[in-house]
Amino acid sequence: MSDRDAESARPAVELAGIDKWFGAVHANRGISFAVERGTIHGIVGENGAGKSTLVGILYGYHRPDAGSIAIHGKPVQFRSPQDALNAGIGMVHQHFMLVDTFTVLENVVLGAEAGFILRATLQSARDKLAQLARDYHLEVDPDAIAGDLSVGHRQRVEILKALFRGADILILDEPTGVLTPQEADHLFRILRALKAEGKTIILITHKLREILDVTDAVTVVRQGQVVGQVATKDTSAEGLAEMMVGRKVILRIDKNPKQAGDVVLEVSGLCVADGMGHERLHGIDLKVRRGEIVGIAGVAGNGQSELLEALAGIRPISGGRIMWKGEDITDRPRLRTPKGMRHLGLGHVPEDRQRMGLVGAFGANESTILGYHDDRSYNGPVLLDYDAVNADSRRNMEEYDVRPLDEKLPTSSFSGGNQQKIVVAREVAQDPDLLLIGQPTRGVDIGAIEFIHKRLVELRDAGKGILLVSVELDEVMALSDRILVMFDGRIVGELAQADATENELGLMMAGLTRAAA
Amino acid sequence: MSTGAARPGTTWWPLEILLPLLNLAAALVVTGILVWLLGADPFKATSLLVSGAFGTSEALGYTLYYATSFIFTGLAVAIAFHGGIFNIGSEGQAYIGGLGVGLVGLAFGGLPAVVVVPLAILASAAFGAGWAYIPAWLQAKRGSHIVITTIMFNFIAAALMTYLLVNVMIQPGQQSPETREFEPNAWLPRINDWLGAIGVHIDPSPLNISFLWALICAAAFWVFVWHTRWGYRLRVLGFNEEAAVYAGVPRAATIILAMSISGALSGFVALNEVMGVHHRLLLNFTGGAGFVGIAVALMGRNHPIGICLAALLFGALYQGGSELNFEIPTLTREMVVVIQGLIILMCGALENVFRTPLENLLRGARAKATP
Repeated sequence: MSDRDAESARPAVELAGIDKWFGAVHANRGISFAVERGTIHGIVGENGAGKSTLVGILYGYHRPDAGSIAIHGKPVQFRSPQDALNAGIGMVHQHFMLVDTFTVLENVVLGAEAGFILRATLQSARDKLAQLARDYHLEVDPDAIAGDLSVGHRQRVEILKALFRGADILILDEPTGVLTPQEADHLFRILRALKAEGKTIILITHKLREILDVTDAVTVVRQGQVVGQVATKDTSAEGLAEMMVGRKVILRIDKNPKQAGDVVLEVSGLCVADGMGHERLHGIDLKVRRGEIVGIAGVAGNGQSELLEALAGIRPISGGRIMWKGEDITDRPRLRTPKGMRHLGLGHVPEDRQRMGLVGAFGANESTILGYHDDRSYNGPVLLDYDAVNADSRRNMEEYDVRPLDEKLPTSSFSGGNQQKIVVAREVAQDPDLLLIGQPTRGVDIGAIEFIHKRLVELRDAGKGILLVSVELDEVMALSDRILVMFDGRIVGELAQADATENELGLMMAGLTRAAA
Repeated sequence: MSTGAARPGTTWWPLEILLPLLNLAAALVVTGILVWLLGADPFKATSLLVSGAFGTSEALGYTLYYATSFIFTGLAVAIAFHGGIFNIGSEGQAYIGGLGVGLVGLAFGGLPAVVVVPLAILASAAFGAGWAYIPAWLQAKRGSHIVITTIMFNFIAAALMTYLLVNVMIQPGQQSPETREFEPNAWLPRINDWLGAIGVHIDPSPLNISFLWALICAAAFWVFVWHTRWGYRLRVLGFNEEAAVYAGVPRAATIILAMSISGALSGFVALNEVMGVHHRLLLNFTGGAGFVGIAVALMGRNHPIGICLAALLFGALYQGGSELNFEIPTLTREMVVVIQGLIILMCGALENVFRTPLENLLRGARAKATP
């Protein structure tokens, strides 16, 4: 057997006994698996299972505490992403790493310039890019400004960047999180073309459908360990979900028909401008009644965050009216603050709990009173009443099965799912009339997703209104009584739950049926 | 980045205590090498330093007297830091606090001590807080960077005080720019006098009852930061500004409150120096205590117990350092500045050099202890 044959017979990537600690957190525990050359290999696991850490190790961001990595049979030690690049590993990040004001060509060349004169590099890059585009159906205009491209195209630029640097192993971290279903299908076509050319692809995702659609083999990670490695054709969504969680999972949500009551919140012609003066919301009209869940579907970045923050009193509005239980509160500046809105009976689970909803360094007890820290029930005349704080925190944690059950533990030490439970428990415990909830299950494990969904339905059945924003189409479709679709700062369509199909919502999310809306 | 399941019962305190000690040890080792290079015996120097700082009741008194000012400024820097604000202006706030104490001492020195002392406390707090309020307001309302403005306010304070002492407050008929001496009612009692009154004899030193006030402030600091809603707001703002917006924490008011408290604490330095020791207002009585406070807060990890211990360390370095210079003339007082610099370097810039190995070590020890 020649050397070349021997090399191609070896797995493209081989991990053995990878172990990694972050402080007190054991993120990876003795992870071993192999990725065959020329295959698409899925890595699934609940959020917090240690997937991102694993990828970080593979791409040289983190160094493992123990274990070894071999690329095409050769043992390697990555000290930085540059080492990984040199070994032929390319990475497409969940959040794109492009310079918005550069052209596609400039972005692709960035960091890989040869020599002092840029022009020569650009010319050779242009040729190489044309070649890559032909080979893999990765057509992008090299002279387009990156910031003007659609999300799907920007992702293609990321893939081109990796290929341009000679990557033959490509890692994609949650690549479809920001794509419409149609864009995701296109991505998968590209991945299949890359595979046909002999590239190896590692796909990290928590969406089981993608795994089943596109991968050849799949590694399941749970609590930092590999709990299963199977050929995709031998498994099913239920089987994978069970492996990920360690028990049987019900992927459906049962709920009674809605009993909608009075309107809690009514918004008309709402406009919001960002700090630069650009208008982000262009006249939003919506109503939320008691006893209904109104879901907002849309690709991330189409104004959902601005809408939630404006309603919560965090962002000022530049136009339109806001009615609370029939009363116009638009011109009541004291009410239109986060504190004022809470006082009215509005709960808010923010989209990004770590950035906004929690203070990582605080104990779970102190995170339990965030936003309610001035309430009389938590305060004596001068001192905070830590007995009351601890008692409430513990009661919430028990009720929501937060683990570990230790209210003094720093919030950041809890897993994503448990952190989210702390936030949801806090907001629901205040018995709000309306709950704004953004990305309720982002970064949350399947067990906690089930739990949080059940709680939301219970809250609705108790006659509260819920406004739900999520980029997970499945979630919006499963939970909402009515679905609004947002695109480019507008609501472009409304569907009742029963009438909504993924295809139709996907088209609306891409802004293709605005005329019909 | 996602992480695995958290492990319950994680203990934090060995790290918080061992790390500063390790950093300190590293600083001392490097100092020892320097001392050796200067031709002196590092072990002899260390023992002279320690005995010079703690060897006699007089030495201890001086050490605690220095430490008093450092506790005030350390607390001042730390309280701002809990709100994510870097107050470099403690020095200037202390200086202006002295103006308040000086005015009280000159105007009301004839009143009984039980009136003058509280008045002086209020005046030092009000003047220090007032001086901190301006940069705080500029930061909160206008977005002027507080690091820059507080540094500038140190210079303004120095210029203002020089002007006042040279042209306005100077005692008539004398050359040195200082006020007349206050009446004895406006002198803070010395600890050796108080102890003498109850029959405990120690050697005289400048240590005065402002030291006790510093300890009270440290306790109040702890209560404020960790047990009131204002402290809670301050910490939310310091840890996570977006969470503060979400939680409805009033940003401007919180910054202004924290800086005002910081300025008041800085102002208390004047109680120790002006009322406790010099009994008159004079140029540069702060002697850099405001800047040492930054190091003290850093090393004390912004906790009052840590700050008191770090202030004690720096007080001992000041006092022991002068003794050292007396015994070994090649080791000048500048050596103390070098040691300080090394401690700041080790505790601040190089803190994480030891952090990861120490974490791994502690984890290994725990893993053995709980199989």
